[in-house]
Amino acid sequence: MARTVGFFTDTTLCIGCKACEVACKEWNELPGHAPKFLDSFDNTGQLDDQNWRHVQFLERSTPNGGVAWSMMSDVCKHCSLASCMEVCPTNAIIRTEFDTVHIQPDVCNGCRDCIAACPYAVIGFNEKTGLAQKCTFCYGRLQNNLIPACAKACPTQSIKFGELSEMRTVAASRLQQLQAQGVSNAQLYGEKEYGGLHALFLLTDKPEAYKLPNAQNAVLPSRNNARSYLTSLVTAVLGVLGAVVAFRQRGEG
Amino acid sequence: MPQHFVAPPLWEWYIVWYFFLGGLAGGAYLLGTLLRLIGDPRDEGVARLAFLIAFPAVIICPILLTLDLGHPVRFWHMLINSRTWGLNFKYWSPMSVGAWALLIFTVFVTVSFIEALARDGWTRHPAARSVAGTLAGAFGRLFMVVGSLFGLFVAGYTGVLLSVSNQPVWSDTWALGGLFLASGLSVAAATLAILARSRADAASTERKLSRADRIFIVLELLLLAAFFVTLGTLAGRLFAPRWIVLWVLVALGTFAPLLMHRAPGAGRAGAPVLAAGLVLLGGLALRIVLVFGAQM
Repeated sequence: MARTVGFFTDTTLCIGCKACEVACKEWNELPGHAPKFLDSFDNTGQLDDQNWRHVQFLERSTPNGGVAWSMMSDVCKHCSLASCMEVCPTNAIIRTEFDTVHIQPDVCNGCRDCIAACPYAVIGFNEKTGLAQKCTFCYGRLQNNLIPACAKACPTQSIKFGELSEMRTVAASRLQQLQAQGVSNAQLYGEKEYGGLHALFLLTDKPEAYKLPNAQNAVLPSRNNARSYLTSLVTAVLGVLGAVVAFRQRGEG
Repeated sequence: MPQHFVAPPLWEWYIVWYFFLGGLAGGAYLLGTLLRLIGDPRDEGVARLAFLIAFPAVIICPILLTLDLGHPVRFWHMLINSRTWGLNFKYWSPMSVGAWALLIFTVFVTVSFIEALARDGWTRHPAARSVAGTLAGAFGRLFMVVGSLFGLFVAGYTGVLLSVSNQPVWSDTWALGGLFLASGLSVAAATLAILARSRADAASTERKLSRADRIFIVLELLLLAAFFVTLGTLAGRLFAPRWIVLWVLVALGTFAPLLMHRAPGAGRAGAPVLAAGLVLLGGLALRIVLVFGAQM
């Protein structure tokens, strides 16, 4: 039965345990890359073909001169207006009956146009399979009335899963609660960006601090179609006119 | 400054060479057509050369694109939906439109190549002579004009393809489509100017091509200026030390041919070839720095 599902990731509840990363890899049989030794407890680095959930560890200065961690379990946003889906030339990227964005592995030919388009650096290229890969929203689990593995494993309920409308209500309520407690910088991300994301985030800093483009910069690739083609057209006209002028003159000089 | 958090698509050498050869093929086909339509009879030899050179250039393009795919055997998925068996065509996706344009342009180039072979006497096959006969009149002129439109598209859409993304640099300018097209025209004119030397009685055509090339170079420089203006401070990432040599080649490939034309002794043997060679090097360097520079 068709449903519109969503995630709500409350970063104020994330403890950086990475249970979501592990559960995702386990369920989706992702072998992962060799661990990286980065500046923090992060040893996967980014979302890509092997990391469909990635816990960001963000070091921030506090007003009293100290340092605080912010953790956020990042994931594909399953945008309502998806940049990857927009550019995909093979129609390998489809919208499922759950309103999620899914890459069909038997259709994708590994052109990587979707990687160039995704503003959240979600999609990665699997060198072994030759395919673009990303979070499937645990499509198989959804079809069997199970919740995604990451949400199931999250011990603090930082990752919540449900109907998108319900997630929006929960997110708005939590935002109100935090603001009432004096967390003035709390804000929701994903209500308006790309027509509304299917992965909402409650943040305590501006979106760009979490590597999320703000509303002004959350734009679709197709915005450049008309002006780029127009420039090409004008160039073509000028080029042809230039050639005509050059060829019509006598050969001398 | 625009915010970018995207991952690079890892488009590398296959794509660079595709951009270069696509520009060369599209530009050569257009120039061959114009030499035939508005040139004098002495230009016919070089017009044929244009169609002869467009063919190998365009034939390599789909091979490069196929090799670049993660799943090369699924190259046909660009055109046909493997689930529904319907045609895949998305006018808002330059890669989708480009796949079709390249296919159609290749047909035009192949036919014109066969015609040029027959007219040049390389083949006496009845089918080739029949093609040459069919294209001899008004239909042939119309055929070349339509083919040239596809050639112009193939030479320019590659820049649009880069811009229709969310990549830094590529998506922050509207100038890339025009820039690649102007550069492709310039590269084609330079290539034909060099090859024209192999034809007897082509000295005047060579001069016409050099003159056209200087116009294309001015166009290219204007678009390069527009490119940098639209990027603003973001252009800085294209000037990392590793790219400086390539920018020097781009400068040599644009300013040097313009200046050499005005310099004393410009007509001396070798100077036009050197100028054309610099255009080719500059055209390639431009694509290398724009493709790799934005992804690092």
